[in-house]
Amino acid sequence: MSKKFINPLEATELVKNSIKKRRAKDNRLRLYGRIAIGMATCFLLFLFFSIFTKGYPGFFQYYVTLDIKFDRERIDPKGDLSDTSLYEGEASNIVNESLFSIINPQGRKAKKEARKIVSSGKDLRIAKLVKNDPSLFGTVTKVKFALDDDIDSFLRGYINRDTPESERRISDNVIAFVDKLSQENRISYEFSDYILKGSASGNPEMAGIKGAFFGSILTLSVCLLIAFPLGVATAVYLEEIAKKNKITEIIEVNINNLAAVPSVVFGIMGLAIFISIFGMPRSIPLVGGMVLALMTLPTIIISSRAAIRAVPPSVRDAAYGIGASKLQVIFHHVIPLAMPGMLTGTIIGMAQALGETAPLLMIGMVAFIVDVPNSVMDPGTVLPVQIFMWADFAERMFIQKTSAAIIILLGFLITMNAFAIYLRKKLERRW
Amino acid sequence: MFNFYLLVVILLISFLFFFIGLKEAKKLRLVYKNNLHSLPHYYGFYALLASLLPSLGIYFLMTIGDDFLFSHMIKSYIPDEVTNAKDYNFLIALAQINNSVEGLIFGTPPQWVTDAAELWKSWVQTSNIIVASLCLLTSIASGYYGFLKINQNFRSRNAVEKIIMTLLAASSVIAIFTTIAIIFSVVFESVRFFALIPIDEFLFGTVWNPQFEGAERAGSGQQGLSQYGSIPLFAGTFLISFIALCVSVPVGLFSAIYLSEYASSKERALFKPLLEILAGVPTVVYGFFAALTVAPFLRTTGSMLGLDVASESALAAGLVMGIMIIPFISSLSDDVINAVPQSLRDAGYGLGSTKNETVLKIVLPAALPGVVASIILAVSRAVGETMIVVMAAGLAANLTANPLEAVTTVTSQIVTILVGDQEFESAKTLSAFALALTLIIITLCMNFYALHIVKKYREQYE
Repeated sequence: MSKKFINPLEATELVKNSIKKRRAKDNRLRLYGRIAIGMATCFLLFLFFSIFTKGYPGFFQYYVTLDIKFDRERIDPKGDLSDTSLYEGEASNIVNESLFSIINPQGRKAKKEARKIVSSGKDLRIAKLVKNDPSLFGTVTKVKFALDDDIDSFLRGYINRDTPESERRISDNVIAFVDKLSQENRISYEFSDYILKGSASGNPEMAGIKGAFFGSILTLSVCLLIAFPLGVATAVYLEEIAKKNKITEIIEVNINNLAAVPSVVFGIMGLAIFISIFGMPRSIPLVGGMVLALMTLPTIIISSRAAIRAVPPSVRDAAYGIGASKLQVIFHHVIPLAMPGMLTGTIIGMAQALGETAPLLMIGMVAFIVDVPNSVMDPGTVLPVQIFMWADFAERMFIQKTSAAIIILLGFLITMNAFAIYLRKKLERRW
Repeated sequence: MFNFYLLVVILLISFLFFFIGLKEAKKLRLVYKNNLHSLPHYYGFYALLASLLPSLGIYFLMTIGDDFLFSHMIKSYIPDEVTNAKDYNFLIALAQINNSVEGLIFGTPPQWVTDAAELWKSWVQTSNIIVASLCLLTSIASGYYGFLKINQNFRSRNAVEKIIMTLLAASSVIAIFTTIAIIFSVVFESVRFFALIPIDEFLFGTVWNPQFEGAERAGSGQQGLSQYGSIPLFAGTFLISFIALCVSVPVGLFSAIYLSEYASSKERALFKPLLEILAGVPTVVYGFFAALTVAPFLRTTGSMLGLDVASESALAAGLVMGIMIIPFISSLSDDVINAVPQSLRDAGYGLGSTKNETVLKIVLPAALPGVVASIILAVSRAVGETMIVVMAAGLAANLTANPLEAVTTVTSQIVTILVGDQEFESAKTLSAFALALTLIIITLCMNFYALHIVKKYREQYE
């Protein structure tokens, strides 16, 4: 093979001629990069836009204002405001009578349909009102009631009045009633008091996230109480105490592997170990928190180790120099100095745990639970699982409620992550 | 609740010993004119740990162990005519008794269940008394022992530090225990599954059709209708992962190149966190987005183009999953591209190459192992991803390469089988564990391989 000799002038010419092409190539790569970034940003914006436009109306719903005659005899027959007494009362009949006096339904069928206009939570609402303020008895007061979800969807325009009656979820009668109510200015569109204060419910107009929210808080507390001490202890042991040998190597490999195990597998482990072998009950926040703790442990360990490594050796040497023992150095100097980094990692791990769904499905936190869990041993559910369950329901209104719940969940996640970033910026020291 | 109060009392007793120990040590310090081996609070801590640890150990052992013990003891109280019945299952009998104990009574349970429940309740009471007295006794006795050891020459700091060291070491072993627990929980059930279904049928069968089989069919030895060939599930998983990669690899890689080589520091500070937000969005949100926004959009677009797109198409799940794993690829690749030494770039510029040439011919080849590793990690993430496919992919196990059709995946089958009511011992329930085992093996292999690549090529330029 003979080397071809290019004389320098020719070479310069070659370069000069090709430079335009090469620059164009360069610009092309830059453009591809910009397009890629732009696409990713667009995906993100579109995701948020679609969730927010769907979810924003979920915070509102339609109410009807009715004049309720608070007749103590009928609402509270025993007169002691107890739950049984209020349950025996006929509050829903009073509401229906008030409604009928406006819309005047004729015939059995029309009356039956008219009864469904106001959400089935009407008696509970009256019970709550009189419990808070017994002086309402004997008065005639305007009270707002949620409308049934089908009517809500109709008022939002999801149900078209021009479609034939047989293909519509609400009948002509009901549409006439609703028109009558809106003519009298009794229908209003307001901030929903169910979405935040209500619990799981089969009726979308009454469904809310309160139960799932408290379930999330309990589960995360368990997760934090287990994962944070364990994670920090492991990180301290591996970074400061353990000698580099086979066992520590195995532990490190293990931690890296755990970080790669799919989350659903942690759920299977929870099911097999905590529930089947240890005999713990299903769907309780305690088991959920334990599973999530094992899942977030690698995140916390890895970030805590990084934080400990960032503490300069001079700090340790200074402490040893004035006679501190190894553990005194660790507990008095290294851990406090590494704490911001550890906390940042922990918050990010907790945010991960807050959004996690699959492992909790495995341990049965999908049960339909109306009560708000009071302790870690009460069956409960969590926000993401609630979202998953609502997403499966067919009613149109659940789509809005689901999106609203997603907005709340994202709000928490963004707050947690922002707090982690703030903490890092504020407390982290550069050495 | 009883257990909780007991725990609080144990803690209170140990704190009491802390103060007793502290006081004693301070007294000693006065007596011996500051000539004590350790600082006073170490003596207090020693008494605290001496009181707390043994009783805590007994407490956990007893509270976890009593259910085992009782369920073993109750066996002999289940009447023979029940245990001899054809459809007898001890776990179901146990569940009946437990429900009765907790007051969840459906209909009228048989007499033996109520009797056993009464017996169980009495055992719980006895064991509560035993546990409580044992814990309290140990905590006081061992605390007192710790207190007695306090004297001028006792090296309490060393003793306390030794205990704490042991605790730290023990907590680091939790990671190993978790791994063992994971393996244990899937392997045992998988072995039982492979006893029912031959392993080659599971690995190479092309039809996945699990059915809950009635007890009579299983008993009569008749072949069921179920088929457990996992090929369609893995084909579906990899189809969706492949679609996801088609989205995330170009977008992620070009973003990483742009951010590390072209972007100004301002752009970098803006877009890097923006991309990472994508990783922070919960997967259930992506699943909702895929099922309610992307899938209907694809369906209407498809029908406009004359294509028949399934409402749970692989394409919708794959696209959204691709969006989800963009940040995994971009931030890992960004890190490895940044790790390429500046001297290599400078050498390239020195020879007169443009940025494009430097990036494509020098930086990328140097960073290639890391980039490949990031892609492998992204694939393993996509294979193990659950919520998106549960919500947006189908349940029918089609063996197809057409992204417009519905496919199902390993993880969504696991969730479908294990959520809700399960039949004990049925091949269908057990199959979920076999799927999980295969899933773990696949993701771990990918992870190992990726880490191996990174390790092997990392020090090349240092």
